[in-house]
Amino acid sequence: MILASAPQSLLAATAPQGFLSPTGVEIAFVLVGIATLGAAVITVTTRQLVHAALWLVVALGGLAVEYLLLTAEFIAWVQVLIYVGSVVVLLLFGLMLTRAPIGRSPDADSGNRWVALAVAVASAAALVWVVVDAFRTQWIDLDGAVQGSTEVTGSILFRHWVLPFEALSVLLLAALVGAIVLSRKNGENGENGETEAGAGTEPPTATATETARSVTPDKEQR
Amino acid sequence: MNDVLDVALRLLVVFVVFLTFPLIVGQTEHKVMAHMQGRLGPMYAGGFHGWAQLIADGVKFAQKEDVVPADADRRVFQLAPAVALLPYLLVLVAIPIGPGEGAVGQVVDAGIFFVLAVMGVGVLGSLMAGWASANKFSLLGGLRTAAQLLAYELPMLLAAASVAMAAGTVSLPGILNAFEWWWLPWQIVGALVFFVAGLAELQRPPFDMPVADSEIIFGAYTEYTGLRFALFLLAEYAGIVVLCGLTAVLFLGGWHGPWGADGLGWLWTLLKTGILAFLVIWLRVSYPRLREDQLQKLAWTVLVPLALAQIALTGIVKVAIN
Repeated sequence: MILASAPQSLLAATAPQGFLSPTGVEIAFVLVGIATLGAAVITVTTRQLVHAALWLVVALGGLAVEYLLLTAEFIAWVQVLIYVGSVVVLLLFGLMLTRAPIGRSPDADSGNRWVALAVAVASAAALVWVVVDAFRTQWIDLDGAVQGSTEVTGSILFRHWVLPFEALSVLLLAALVGAIVLSRKNGENGENGETEAGAGTEPPTATATETARSVTPDKEQR
Repeated sequence: MNDVLDVALRLLVVFVVFLTFPLIVGQTEHKVMAHMQGRLGPMYAGGFHGWAQLIADGVKFAQKEDVVPADADRRVFQLAPAVALLPYLLVLVAIPIGPGEGAVGQVVDAGIFFVLAVMGVGVLGSLMAGWASANKFSLLGGLRTAAQLLAYELPMLLAAASVAMAAGTVSLPGILNAFEWWWLPWQIVGALVFFVAGLAELQRPPFDMPVADSEIIFGAYTEYTGLRFALFLLAEYAGIVVLCGLTAVLFLGGWHGPWGADGLGWLWTLLKTGILAFLVIWLRVSYPRLREDQLQKLAWTVLVPLALAQIALTGIVKVAIN
């Protein structure tokens, strides 16, 4: 019974709200949303690799602001901490470690762009449909008790969503172990060279072609 | 109207602290380093023991030409110092220096997360600077910065999580309200991990591999001149203030002290912050620079296990108390 009632008490009552008389928060929400969308579009269309990563920072930061406007403070800061602070830094690290040319990289375009666009539009449509269908005309009561504070988020997470939470943890653990296994395999190959011909053939070839591919355009430019 | 005035006043105070404290730390560093090395340090600027040296430095920086390298990515290059500096200003807003509502810029519900998240953003400034300079030394510096951040962010977070577990809240004033003196020995390992990881995140010696002058000139900041360079330096010292203040608040009990907790609490916070800042300077004079592999090894094989052990200890004690 608690399980059923708690999520509903979280969302505010379906108070009558007009579309044509938006509050300040709603206007801010829409404006930040437009800015976020713009940054996201630039992220995937810009020809400069590092600029794409930096625009991603703007898009992710915009999302964090949206969470803040919805009073979900905890989620907002975690978003900044994980995505802006770690994922983008990792991304930039990878770019700098391999190649991060200043200026345009014409070879960064992939032939899959139309397929990618179709997949993106399809997933966006599915997400929007699900969210709209789930919440319809429910509005969050911003003036009442804060519904996204750390305490509320924590108690909901560990009371009602423990199983999915733990399942996700196990998934992440599996990914972690997998990453360690993959990196250890390469290490063994480096130690005794004979096995290189055997199990480790595929990864080295792949990296070799990658480097070859990334070196040639540079030569052409010169 | 009163609310607006209140907010404006708080922000003004935070801004003044942001402008003065880093300079005080910088001047102290000049003098303390000099005396530890048997020198006098700045003696002329301002008259009395060179107190105005950093102001003179600031005037000098402002007069210099602002150079952007020809091959650099102009906009990113020029934006980088702001990205490096502003996060620390934001963090200062959330650090409480005394008990009660009046002694903190703004009470943030998820304070620890806010502080650590925003501090992490500051490193993006170094990365942008390193990449946009079109200089291989800068790029190497940026790479090292990123590698260092990725290694030290985790132990820092884990150590902070330990305190949050002990207090049962992630709000900074909330943690201080729950503080008891015996937390000091209980959380001491976490405190060490947090402080060391914070030093590494600020790229202070002995963790200054990203700006190692004998190898890569000045890392990501090699191409910067004038005011923009000064902003990067200011970011470093603001970072010291923020790190020391945070360590004092999270692990050393902030405004709590043996006596005078009412009214004089803010003095305790400042005293603890000052002692920690002195420690930061002392470490710079005492220890040689860690090599890149030693840096990574320290983070992954010492700090992370220590932080995890601290979390386990915190959990056990917490359950035992309840």
